Amino acid sequence: MTWTTLTALLSHWRRNGLQFFALISGLALATALWSGVQAINAEARASYDAAAATLGEGQFGQLLPRTGNRIDQATYIALRRSGWQVSPVLEGRIDTTQGRVRIVGLDPLTAPGNVAPVGMQEGTSLDDFLTRGVLFAATDVADQLENAVSQRIVTDPSAAPGVALTDIGVAQDLLDAQGTLSRLILAPEQPMGRPDLAAITPDLVLQPAQDAGADRLTDSFHLNLTAFGLLSFAVGIFIVHGTISLAFEQRRGMVRTLRALGVPLGRLIGLMIAELVLFALIAGAIGVALGYVIAAVLLPNVAATLQGLYGASVAGTLQLRAEWWLSGMAIAVVGTGLAAAGALWKIAHMPLLSSARPRAWAVASGATARRLGAVAGLLFLVGVGIEIRGKGLALGFVLLACMLIGAALLLPLVLRGAVTLADRQARSVVWQWFWADTRQQVPGMSLALMALLLATAANVGVTTMVSSFRVTFVDFLDQRLAPELFISAEDAAQSPDLEAFLIDNAREVLPLLSVETEIAGVPSDLFGARVGPTYRNNWVFVAETPEVWDRVARGEAAVVSEQLARRAGLWTGDAVAVAPGLSLPIAAVVADYGNPLGQALIDEAVFSDLYPDRVPTRFGVRTDDAAGLREKLVERVGLSDAAIIDQARIKAFSLEVFERTFTVTGALNVLTLAVAAFAILMSLLTLASLRVPQLAPAWALGMTRRRLGRLELLRAVVLAFVTTVLAIPLGLLLAWVLLSYVNVEAFGWKLPMYVFPGHYALLTVFALLAAALAALWPALRLARTPPSDLLKVFANDR
Amino acid sequence: MLTVQDVTKTFAGGEGDLPVLRGVSLSLDRNETLALTGESGSGKSTLLHLIGGLDTVGSGAIEIDGRDITKMTDSDRAALRRTDVGVIFQQFNLIPSLTVAANMAFQARLAGRYDADQAARMSDALGLTPHLDKYPEALSGGQQQRVAIGRTLVARPKLVLADEPTGNLDEATARQVLDQMLDLVTETGAALLMVTHSQSVARRMKRQVHLSQGRVA
Repeated sequence: MTWTTLTALLSHWRRNGLQFFALISGLALATALWSGVQAINAEARASYDAAAATLGEGQFGQLLPRTGNRIDQATYIALRRSGWQVSPVLEGRIDTTQGRVRIVGLDPLTAPGNVAPVGMQEGTSLDDFLTRGVLFAATDVADQLENAVSQRIVTDPSAAPGVALTDIGVAQDLLDAQGTLSRLILAPEQPMGRPDLAAITPDLVLQPAQDAGADRLTDSFHLNLTAFGLLSFAVGIFIVHGTISLAFEQRRGMVRTLRALGVPLGRLIGLMIAELVLFALIAGAIGVALGYVIAAVLLPNVAATLQGLYGASVAGTLQLRAEWWLSGMAIAVVGTGLAAAGALWKIAHMPLLSSARPRAWAVASGATARRLGAVAGLLFLVGVGIEIRGKGLALGFVLLACMLIGAALLLPLVLRGAVTLADRQARSVVWQWFWADTRQQVPGMSLALMALLLATAANVGVTTMVSSFRVTFVDFLDQRLAPELFISAEDAAQSPDLEAFLIDNAREVLPLLSVETEIAGVPSDLFGARVGPTYRNNWVFVAETPEVWDRVARGEAAVVSEQLARRAGLWTGDAVAVAPGLSLPIAAVVADYGNPLGQALIDEAVFSDLYPDRVPTRFGVRTDDAAGLREKLVERVGLSDAAIIDQARIKAFSLEVFERTFTVTGALNVLTLAVAAFAILMSLLTLASLRVPQLAPAWALGMTRRRLGRLELLRAVVLAFVTTVLAIPLGLLLAWVLLSYVNVEAFGWKLPMYVFPGHYALLTVFALLAAALAALWPALRLARTPPSDLLKVFANDR
Repeated sequence: MLTVQDVTKTFAGGEGDLPVLRGVSLSLDRNETLALTGESGSGKSTLLHLIGGLDTVGSGAIEIDGRDITKMTDSDRAALRRTDVGVIFQQFNLIPSLTVAANMAFQARLAGRYDADQAARMSDALGLTPHLDKYPEALSGGQQQRVAIGRTLVARPKLVLADEPTGNLDEATARQVLDQMLDLVTETGAALLMVTHSQSVARRMKRQVHLSQGRVA
C-alpha cells in the first residue's frame, strides 16, 4: 500500500514537471543564497581562528616597545628571571621571488596554551622545530617560500593566511635580527609579587588583551551577511511556499480519492512529509553546491572587505566544511517544512467528503487579505514597541523581521485596494474586465509579489545604507586626509631636524603623535594634536560644544571618537580620563568609521607632558606645492620616496578598499532580485493552466488570443509596479533601522542617512523589467493556446 | 452481506441541526443488486457514504460481513474500503497523474490482490484496452467512468457502492456503462448498491429501496 500510494503522489510531479522544477529550483536557489553566505562566514571564521590560534592576536596581553619596533632579547631574559611569564615573538617580512612573506617566530616552550604554532604533524617533532628549523605555512605560502629558505617547510592548511611560523631562533636568522624581538606575549596567569614592569624595563609598554574589538566588528559584518542570506532565503521560501500550496491545492482531489480508496490519513500525511523531505534533500544538495559556487566567486571580495576594513585576514580559497553542508541541508528541510506546514495542516483537517475543487484562487481572497492585514498591523505595533523600548542587536533584527514580514502580509490588501481604485476609473468594458480579472489574479500571485517586495526593499535598504556609508566615508577621508603629504622620519633621532625643515618649508605641519592606551575601559589610541587651521576647518563633528578647538588648544578639553563615546557611555560635556590623573571634559564627538579602537585627541603640549619620551616620527604637511616639497625632502633631507606619501594616493587606496567592501552585498542584491523574478515566472507558469477557464469566455466573446497575451503581460507589470512603489518606502525604513539602530548596536556608531532617488528610479525600472521578462513567456504561451484547448472549457463531455 | 439497522444522521446547519437520515434499515445479500432511489435531499448519498465508512453515523449499526463498521476506528474503516468495499463516484475521482492502466490497477494494488490477467480481461470488457497508456484528461466522460468502474472491480470487493455512476453520461453511454457494470458485478460475485435518480436504471436492479425525507418509503 505504501509504495502504491507513494507512486500516486509522485506521479503528480511527473505530470506537472514545471511545478516540480519550480519547487526544486526555488528551494535550491534559496538554499544556495543561504549556504553561500554561510560558507563565506564559516571560511572567514576559520581563518580568524587559525590566525588567533597561531598568532595569539588579541587573546593575550602583550609588552610592546615604547618607541621603535624592536625589543632587546636581554630585556626578555631579565623579565623571565624576575618571574614574568612572557613568551617572545619576532615578526618581519622576507622577500621571495613571488612577493613578501610574513615570518612569525615563536618559542613553543614558553608560549601560552592557545598560541601553539600548528599541529605537529607529518612526523615533525618538537625537536625538529627547535633545532633543525621547520617552517609551517599554508600551501600557497609554502610554495612561495620553496626556494627562498633552506629550512624544511611543512604545509599546514590551518596556518594563518600569508604567514609562515617558525622557531624564534630560525626567525632571527631569516630576518637577520639576532638578539632582538618584536613583542612579548603575556601568559594569562602571572605569579604574585613579581616586580613592576617599569622597575625592570621602562622601555616597554603593556597592551592589555583586546576585548573583542575586532571580533565585534567582524561579527557584525558576518551578522549583516547572515541577515541578507536569511532575507534571500525568505524570498526563496516564498517561491517554495507558493509552489507547495498550489501543488497541494491541485492534489486535494487526489487526496480525497486516495482516502476514499482506503489509504489511512496518517499514512498519507506521513508519505507526503517523506516526499517533501526527499525533495528538500535533493534541492538542498543542489543548493549547497550552487552556494559553494556563489561563495567561491564572492570570497576574494569578502577577503578584501574584511582585510580592508578590519585588518582581519581571510584566506582567498574555499574548503568544503561539514558545518555549512549540514546547515544548508537543514535550512532546506526546515524551509520546506515552514512552507508546507500550512498545506499539510489543511490536508490533515480536510473532511473526507469536502469539495475536492482546487481552492488556489481563494488563498488570499478578500477575507484572507484582511486577516493578513490585521496580522501585519500587529507586527508593525511590535516593531514600534521595539524601536521605542528595545535594545540589543538581536532585537534590531526582530524589528527588521516585523517590518518586512508585516509589509509582505499587507501586500495583498494594498494590491486589492489599488486595483479596485483603478477599476473605478475604468471607462471601457475591456478595462473593466481587465481590472476585475486582475483583482482575481492577486491571490494567486501574492506570494511571488511578496518575494518581489522583499527583494526590492532589501535592495533599496542595503543600497541606501552602503551609499550613505560611502558619502559619509568620503567626507571622513576629506577630513582626516586633509594634509597634502604624509612624511615618515627614519627614526626618532631624525624627527626634530625633519620637523624643523618642514616648518620652514610648509604652510602647516601636523605631527602624528599617538599612544595605545585604555580610556574609560575601552582600548583606544590617544592622539596629541597641534591645533591649527586644518583641524579647525576640516573636522566635522557628530556632536559638539562651542569653541571646541580653542578649548582643546588650551588643554581644557578633549575630542573623542563616536566608538569610544558610545562604548564608554560618554557624550559631550562628560569628563573622560584620558590618562592616569588627567580628566578632561569632552568638547566634541567625531566619527571614526571602521576603526575597532576608540580614539581621544588632546592638545600636543598636554600629550607631551603625559608622554615626554614619545617623539613623532610621522608628520602631515599642508603645502601648496606638494611636488616641490617632495623634491626638496628627497634632495636636501635625503628621505627616500617611500617615506613620502601623498594624500591623493592614500585616499584613492582607501576608497578602493571601501568600494570593494560591500561588493558582496551588491552581488547578493542582484541575486535576490533575480530570485524574485524567478518567483514571478514560476508563479505565472504554474497558474497558467488555471487561467484558461477564466480567459476562454473573454476569447469566446471576441478578444483575440494575442490581445489576451498582451494584457497578461501588462497585468504582471502593473502588479510589479505597485509592489515596487511600496518596496521603496519599506526599503528606506529598512535602511533607517540598519543605520540608526542595528549599526549603533553592532558597530557602536550611527550613520547619517542619504536618499538616492536616481537609484530607486533605476531599481524600479529593473524590477519592472524583471517582472516583464518573467511574464513574457507565460503571456506568449497564452497567446499561442490552441483554440481546441480554449473550447474544452465549454465542453460538457470532458 | 450488508445490514443497515436503524441508522440516523444529522448535519449541523445554519438554522440548527438538519436530520438527513431518520432510522433507515435495509439489507443486501451476496450477488444481489439494489437501487437506492429518492428525491434530491432524501439522504441517498449520505447513506451510501455511511455504508462506505466515509462518514460516521449518528446512531444505529451498519454491518458488513458481520462486522459493525460504526464501532471501527478511522484506519479500520480505511482498511475495509481497501479490501472489502469499492466505491464508484459520480465524478469518477480518477487520479489525473496516473495512466488509465495505473488507475485501473490502483485499488487492487492497495488491497494487495492485483492480478494482471484479470485487469487485462476487465479493460477488454470495458473497451479500454486501446486507451491504457492515456491519461484520464484525454478520455471522454463515459470512458473515464468505465475506468472508475474497472478500478473498483479489478480489486474484487465484496460490496460495490455506486453513487449515480451514470449521472454525468448521455443516455446511450449510460446504458452501455451500466450493462458492463452489471455483467462484471455478476461475474465477480459482488453485491451492488447503487444510488440513482433514474427509474430506468433502478429497474435494472434486483431490488429497489426508495428513500423519502430520510426514511425508507
